[in-house]
Amino acid sequence: MYVAVKGGEAAIDNAHRLLADRRRGNREVADLGLDQIMEQLSLAVDRVMSEGALYDRELAALAIKQARGDLIEAIFLARAYRTTLPRFGYTQPVDTGRMQVERRISACFKDLPGGQLLGPTFDYTHRLLDPALAGDAAPETPEVREPDTAPMMRVSDFLGQEGLLEPAPDAADKPVPDDIARNPMSYPMDRDARLQALARGDEGFLLSMGYSTQRGYARSHPFAGEIRIGEVELEIAVPELEFAAPLGRIQVTECQMVNQFQGSAKAPPQFTRGYGLVFGQAERKAMAMALVDRALRATELGEDLTAPAQDEEFVIAHSDNVQATGFVEHLKLPHYVDFQSELNLVRRMRAEAEVRDETRQEAAE
Amino acid sequence: MAETDFLSGGLADPVMAGQSAFRAIMQAMAEPGTVHAVSDCPTPPGGLSRTMAAVATTLCDADTPIWLDPSLAGNSQVVKWLAFHTGAPVTAESGDAMFGFVSDTASMPTLDRFAQGTDAYPDRSTTLVLAVDGFDAGQLLSLAGPGIESTRRFAFAPMPETFIDQWSGNRARFPRGVDLILAGPAAVACLPRSTRITSGED
Amino acid sequence: MTHLDAGREEVIATYNFAYLDEQTKRMIRRAILKGIAVPGYQVPFASREMPMPYGWGTGGVQVTAAIIGPDDRLKVIDQGADDTTNAISIRKFFERTTGVETTTVTAQASIIQTRHRIPETPLAPGQVLVFQVPIPEPLRFLEPRETETRTMHALEEYGVMHVKLYEDIARHGHIATTYAYPVKVEGRYVTDPSPTPKFDNPKMHRNPALQLFGAGREMRIYAIPPWTEVVSLDFEDHPFEVQAFERPCALCGAADVFLDEVITDDRGGRMFVCSDTDHCNTRQDQGHVGEQQG
Ligand SMILES: [Zn+2]
Repeated sequence: MYVAVKGGEAAIDNAHRLLADRRRGNREVADLGLDQIMEQLSLAVDRVMSEGALYDRELAALAIKQARGDLIEAIFLARAYRTTLPRFGYTQPVDTGRMQVERRISACFKDLPGGQLLGPTFDYTHRLLDPALAGDAAPETPEVREPDTAPMMRVSDFLGQEGLLEPAPDAADKPVPDDIARNPMSYPMDRDARLQALARGDEGFLLSMGYSTQRGYARSHPFAGEIRIGEVELEIAVPELEFAAPLGRIQVTECQMVNQFQGSAKAPPQFTRGYGLVFGQAERKAMAMALVDRALRATELGEDLTAPAQDEEFVIAHSDNVQATGFVEHLKLPHYVDFQSELNLVRRMRAEAEVRDETRQEAAE
Repeated sequence: MAETDFLSGGLADPVMAGQSAFRAIMQAMAEPGTVHAVSDCPTPPGGLSRTMAAVATTLCDADTPIWLDPSLAGNSQVVKWLAFHTGAPVTAESGDAMFGFVSDTASMPTLDRFAQGTDAYPDRSTTLVLAVDGFDAGQLLSLAGPGIESTRRFAFAPMPETFIDQWSGNRARFPRGVDLILAGPAAVACLPRSTRITSGED
Repeated sequence: MTHLDAGREEVIATYNFAYLDEQTKRMIRRAILKGIAVPGYQVPFASREMPMPYGWGTGGVQVTAAIIGPDDRLKVIDQGADDTTNAISIRKFFERTTGVETTTVTAQASIIQTRHRIPETPLAPGQVLVFQVPIPEPLRFLEPRETETRTMHALEEYGVMHVKLYEDIARHGHIATTYAYPVKVEGRYVTDPSPTPKFDNPKMHRNPALQLFGAGREMRIYAIPPWTEVVSLDFEDHPFEVQAFERPCALCGAADVFLDEVITDDRGGRMFVCSDTDHCNTRQDQGHVGEQQG
């Protein structure tokens, strides 16, 4: 005798209890503190902050812990929390020229004012697993110099002086930028909205898209004009005050890609820009973002549209991993009503095909 | 009136008041020409009706430019009250407004002076909020279209001049066009652009 | 660590009524009114991240959260059933964030949020049916670009849809679309009914309830007001037809309802029962008997 399945509610509660248990794992192993995540998994924290679009190291660490280290799940937790926060206002644009730089490199020049600062980079590490890290080996104390508070000129500013690099867009042309968290996106997008979408886009997706442009799918002759990582001051204009009020400092990674460009009907030969800016230390993401930003400027610069990375709707509509994971994973929800409809249809079409075959055979005999 | 009176007259429970006012407006929009009570209204300064104030606090905020007809725009207490209680920026261009508030309904600008939306984005149009004295007097109208089972008889007063002609122009622009929220005493009725209106007296 | 321990748990615990903040509700409410005013037109809205994944009904949840009030009684179904896991999860979400009463009885609900079905029990004036929609654009699988489909809607240029349906007929002798079967609303917009089986399409036509559609990930809201003309696309020589089942429900004997096929053993045994669990239970309570009980 068939009885319809019941008890879904108890099943959900049990699943949640099991999840909490598996998240904690073996109780004899010490519980992971948020401070440990913030300090020792800081690049994971940075990724959750940037794609979660919420600058809060502690909440990002909490999200990573709760998500059992699944960073897309953690990003989703951060976003879902962020969306409930009241919005008090918009900060002034950050001035990365006044960044307190911890790392700054340019691939375009051997040396430049302010110097090449390697900073804490994996770049020249030999990727050999370090057995000492399996224990609690104390690292050597690094050499650090006194912080230099003088502004460090950006490579794009040097190039701009000679007129070889297109000027940066003038903020006065669009004093109030778009806000993709508040306004529904519509295509074609302005570059400000597009950059916002890329800034919270999935690192892996942007990496692949940027990579594709290097392999000839919309080749853009990129040079890493400058990558800088460090802290910038956030300020907000308060109508009652004559000066902008400081809110604090955040760490960001900026990449200015410089792309050789032979000119088109719309723009003269010059170096063009691709731009990437993300929260925290996230160099791969910033570079990929800059490549994709440049590729998406194809229409603006009068280039032929030939490759996926130039296709604004394709790139932007599929760059958000919270959306993507939701829709891919929703396939595991029940779809049996629609499947039933398809079952009926396939059965009917097979029956019709059989009749057709029989008729054909009879005709042949 | 004291200088700071615009600070008062808000709602004790804006969350619940907003919800119930919205449901009244939504049902009124879904069934054009039906009248729905809005009970929990704010107390704005004279010149702005309480029902219009309820519509404003329910639907308008910093994201919605609003246009005020001359008698409202000229009333500084009303302007301050709306700014404080909704945060909506006031625009002098009727064609830029997401909402238009009209207290002097009989002599309002014609409907085509407001944002009509585009063929691609017909939603980018003005929603007009008109002060009316009630729904039991005035020229009888016959309504048809979505939200109406066959036809519905409806009246509101005062009515803008040449309203039936203006409305047939509005209907002809469909899917572009404006939608009306008629704010009577503690009640609303709506005329969305999808409604066809003919005189109900012949 | 300090502020997390001290403050946030408290803050997190005091979400607004129906979870969304008031500004978000106003934005959604404005979109709903536009949707009602232009039946079948997809209104863009600034969809928010919700505490359940995109694809789990975030559009429907946002619409319900924007309209629901303390006097409402909410019913949530998925595949026609109140006891599917995601329906339970969404119902619990609203119980927790609004405290409103919930029900499984279609006739007692003022708001019914649904995924993939329209209840068998006819709806009444004043009821609101909220659909969860994954892909709101009926032309999307024929033309993936939003910029193109928006122009097609603007120009009322729907030839591509008719061509697709006609190709079905040429190949199969009939239209091979069984769910998310496109409709034309009030003679103007071609509209996606959400992935309901086409069996449910006729219920949309001149329905006395208000039908609201929310697509969270795709950021669209649309509406069909009560009594609106909703016509499934077809051809004179190939009129629209709905699925028919050979046998009635094995539990309640209902005919003319949509049935789920349930596999009963590993030797190919199967039976057909109502997809609408409330309808089936109500009929069984009224003494109707299907072949399994007979
Ligand atoms: Zn049954």
